[in-house]
Amino acid sequence: MYNEKVMDHFMHPRNVGEIDNPDGVGQVGNPVCGDIMKIFLRIQDGRIEDIKFKTFGCGAAIATSSMVTELVKGKTLDEAMQISNKAVAEALDGLPAPKMHCSNLAADALHAAIEDYKKKQQTSK
Amino acid sequence: MVLATEVVDELYRIRSERGKGFMRRVYLDHAATTAVHPQVLQTMLPYLQDQFGNPSSIYSWGREAKAAIENARAQVAALINADPAEIIFTGSGTEADNTALVGVASALGHKGRHIITSKIEHHAILHTAEDLEQKGFQVTYLPVDGDGLVDPEDLKKALTPETILVSIMFANNEIGTIEPIGQLAQIAKEHGVLFHTDAVQAVGNVPVDVKELGVDLLSLSGHKIYAPKGVGALYVRRGTKIKPFIHGGAQERKFRAGTENVPGIVGLGKAAELARLELPERRAHLIELRDYLIEGVLGSIDHVRLNGHRTCRLPGNANFSFEFVEGESLLLSLDLAGIAASSGSACTSGSLEPSHVLLAIGLPHEIAHGSLRLTLGRENTKEDIDYVLSVLPDIVNRLRAMSPLAPKGGLSCV
Repeated sequence: MYNEKVMDHFMHPRNVGEIDNPDGVGQVGNPVCGDIMKIFLRIQDGRIEDIKFKTFGCGAAIATSSMVTELVKGKTLDEAMQISNKAVAEALDGLPAPKMHCSNLAADALHAAIEDYKKKQQTSK
Repeated sequence: MVLATEVVDELYRIRSERGKGFMRRVYLDHAATTAVHPQVLQTMLPYLQDQFGNPSSIYSWGREAKAAIENARAQVAALINADPAEIIFTGSGTEADNTALVGVASALGHKGRHIITSKIEHHAILHTAEDLEQKGFQVTYLPVDGDGLVDPEDLKKALTPETILVSIMFANNEIGTIEPIGQLAQIAKEHGVLFHTDAVQAVGNVPVDVKELGVDLLSLSGHKIYAPKGVGALYVRRGTKIKPFIHGGAQERKFRAGTENVPGIVGLGKAAELARLELPERRAHLIELRDYLIEGVLGSIDHVRLNGHRTCRLPGNANFSFEFVEGESLLLSLDLAGIAASSGSACTSGSLEPSHVLLAIGLPHEIAHGSLRLTLGRENTKEDIDYVLSVLPDIVNRLRAMSPLAPKGGLSCV
């Protein structure tokens, strides 16, 4: 059902965990639909210096969360905002069709975390 | 001769040797399907080759096939204490369920247009009931309590002069709860209403006696009791008003058209005979393993609940909900450890909703998503359960460590 790359990220997820006092936090999904993704960011000079995730969900939800953290670590915020859910799925060499809508939300969680960071920046100015 | 299962075994061996060395494999999804019993296979083989005749033919090949079907009919009847003439072979348990509902609706629709069933039925019943609703029938879906039991009082209240059929499953396929079928059938009988039970999960696992229960119709399936896939049966009590569901030739006394699946039917017959002879031992074996598994899981993992009734449950069924984790992730992890299981999470149900059964017993969505069903069979051993108990806590812990729902600081295994 899942390809080897997805299974690799499911079994050996990268950047799992939380960041203490993160610069930005984003969460998407809800327990009702069975997927929750939470992304924590540490931002330094407009770049993602560190990123961690926690996910409740299926194999695809965990693998996409892992992949998005790998894709954007070290990237600028603008570059990170360009990453789409589709790009995450492609980086995993594809997901089964039913998973494309329900569990492919990792980029949305990332974008929510970046928006959270930007909002915090504005209020602290 | 190399059997297909040996090829698969070899593939698994190669795959696992590339990984972490030889992997144990434990099949714990017997409610989904079972392996054909070796004796069943032996009984079937002649009917695939030398005795391949069409039972409707008058020459010797046909007569031999016909005799084999009648022998199987007697074997199935004996398992549920029916008369052989009351057994109709079908292509599956699902077809038996469809036939019961649609057949009674067709035969008695002029008398009344109300059917009663429960919220936790198999989709073979639920989706057929929904289809009948589209065709102008009214359907009442009885609720269940937290253990999954239908309250007989609810059935009494739901019956109306329009009611023509009550269909309540014998035992639930997900949570294993066994319903008070005798009591429910008695209530239907007192009101002159036909009673059907989907006993696909029960037959062969617990004693089922149609005369003692007083049911009019009962569905069973071959591949749940070590017969092959593609064969089932419907018990129709003599004199029950019902119309055929599949039309065509005169097979099954004009009740179920289509050339009979002779090898499948012979296999179901043999499986029924074995189930009847071995029932007490099989049941005791399953209950012992099941209780060992349940106690082991509840004793080694925090924030877990057993779904379904503790004692009124199928001998081979254990169904748990693990908080803070999602079912498909559990299944994938177990599969990587060589363990076959099932879940009621949305991801495994093919929809966005978790299992209707788990919601009906009152579980919140997030708990329903974290369900795991382990169903045992005749070939399972205590070592199989020990293996599951040796890997499951780590799997749950690993997923919880990743979960934003789990309390911070993690959960300790007891």
